[in-house]
Amino acid sequence: MKAAQWTLGALALALLVALLLAPFASTSPDGLETVAAGKAGFADRFEEPSVAASPLPDYQAPGIRDKRLSTAVAGALGTLAAFGLMLGVGRLLTIGRARGREPED
Amino acid sequence: MPDRVLDPSVWAALDVASAGVVALAARKTGRRLDPKDVPLMGVMTAAIFAGQMVNFPVGFGVSGHLVGAALAAILMGVGPAMLMMTTVLILQCLLFGDGGLLALGTNVMNMGIIAPGVAALMYRALRGTRVGSAVSSFVAGWISVVVASASAAAELCFSGFPVEGVVWPILGWHALIGVGEGLVTVAALQLVWRTRPDLAPARVRATEPADAAEAMIA
Repeated sequence: MKAAQWTLGALALALLVALLLAPFASTSPDGLETVAAGKAGFADRFEEPSVAASPLPDYQAPGIRDKRLSTAVAGALGTLAAFGLMLGVGRLLTIGRARGREPED
Repeated sequence: MPDRVLDPSVWAALDVASAGVVALAARKTGRRLDPKDVPLMGVMTAAIFAGQMVNFPVGFGVSGHLVGAALAAILMGVGPAMLMMTTVLILQCLLFGDGGLLALGTNVMNMGIIAPGVAALMYRALRGTRVGSAVSSFVAGWISVVVASASAAAELCFSGFPVEGVVWPILGWHALIGVGEGLVTVAALQLVWRTRPDLAPARVRATEPADAAEAMIA
């Protein structure tokens, strides 16, 4: 299999995880949230939103009523954003060497 | 970790420290990463982002989710893994409001620096013995989550939370969640190594008959 085909296949698999598994993820509190709500008692501060506003808060795409569909769409957008951002940063970091020079060791 | 939980001195110090370490990781990656591995780095970052969305129940009404730091570190090396985890954490913070902006350095330190660092050290140590790659990656995944959670517990203690209220509960839950991390790490690595044998460690490759001769020559 060519590397480019493999990358596309792997990206498709990641998108399937976001589209099909993420909407059915457990909604129970995670480890840290459980401790925050317990004896340590900082649940109130734990639930306060970030100081920065975000376009897709709580992994929900705006304008989609169905919660699971909304999670799927937000998750797929995030997956593509992660791919694009890392690809871009990786290209920038290796830009000098992409033109023929061998990697240093 | 959200904003307004930790003491400002704690998150501010970690913002500075994490920025420094990530800058070093970027420099090292820029020098060493083979440009043809950049798409691999991108797609694994996407997979880790998607995997982190899937919370799994660990019992007692508590859930956990993948971190992915061990997967990234074992497959790509520590420097690229730090950049991959930092990319995921920045997107979670800015696009989804998951994790505070002031606490971004804290989350990067725990999940983007300590977790891949510990995973790589453990994996390397175990691979120096007779332990197989599957067991090594399981243990690396487990320990990366437990040590990252210990770091979060320490940050809470430095912010004035009672030691007995946070340390053991956090370590206990993450010892359980780490089992899930270990299993997903092994499964994902096996999937990658079997479909891309060129990325697999030599001993895994040598078990495939077609590659055995090549391994002997090399």
